Amino acid sequence: MEEASRASKFVYMVIVLFVIWLFLTASLDPQELLIGFVFSVIVAALTHDVATKAGLRNLHPKRVAYAIAYIPYFLWAMIMANLDVAYRVLHPKRPIRPGIVKCRTVLNSDTGKLSLANSITLTPGTITLDVDGDEYFIHWIWVPDEVLNAKDDSEHVERASENITKPFEKFLKVIFG
Amino acid sequence: MNLLSAIGEILVLIGTFFYFLSALGLIRMPDVYNRMQTSTKSATLGSLGVIVGTGLWAVGRGYSPAWIVQTITVATFLLLTNPISAHALIRAAYKRGIPLWHGSVVDKYAEHLAQKENAESEEVSE
Repeated sequence: MEEASRASKFVYMVIVLFVIWLFLTASLDPQELLIGFVFSVIVAALTHDVATKAGLRNLHPKRVAYAIAYIPYFLWAMIMANLDVAYRVLHPKRPIRPGIVKCRTVLNSDTGKLSLANSITLTPGTITLDVDGDEYFIHWIWVPDEVLNAKDDSEHVERASENITKPFEKFLKVIFG
Repeated sequence: MNLLSAIGEILVLIGTFFYFLSALGLIRMPDVYNRMQTSTKSATLGSLGVIVGTGLWAVGRGYSPAWIVQTITVATFLLLTNPISAHALIRAAYKRGIPLWHGSVVDKYAEHLAQKENAESEEVSE
């Protein structure tokens, strides 16, 4: 993906910073809005070149809609996984079978890979240990049979990816490309 | 309004329950990697519950609605930054050479690192 123009990056940063300011102050007082806008412009002017690559393309309606839909989906996955880990902690026999598995992702952009790694880490039971190119190394608290009994490396990667990365990728693919 | 504070109180209660679970996991799990699994994550959900619960509770008690907006903002930043520290810690533990628990079933990362090292040493010898 080619880089966006400087103007697009600048406008994008002003919008993002101003929205963050709105949430942080939680007030619609004209004085607050004015000073917030001034600070957004200053910070955007200083950082727009390093802070973003895609610029305004990130605010494409389809991307924003998927990002909003991703929040409840992700929270639900996180709560379910938390209950699963809670069960493993409370069970007297401590049913864990940990291991480090390898996954492959279809995401291309760095931001997308970062959010995928963060999403994986936030769902308990899985922590991203390292990312190398499109390969993810993930510590898993319960490696299921289908991954464990894989015949060779590529089957292992496929099975593990189906379990860990696939559920998030369909959203992140649209949001970050 | 009282319904809001009731929901807030319940959320804080759930949050503290997850704090308790993460502390318990810290004691019960056998090695550093599994301890991180239980402690860092449950603590994230616990903090989320406590922080957002506090916001709702405050609004229910008649404080300004800014409470809930700001607590949700704090929770968002927590969600964005917490996994990075978890990732840094577990990677540092692995690079430092802390062994996996003897019950671990698979370690693809070790294979990957060995492959990479072989490739590099071949390049050097050429």
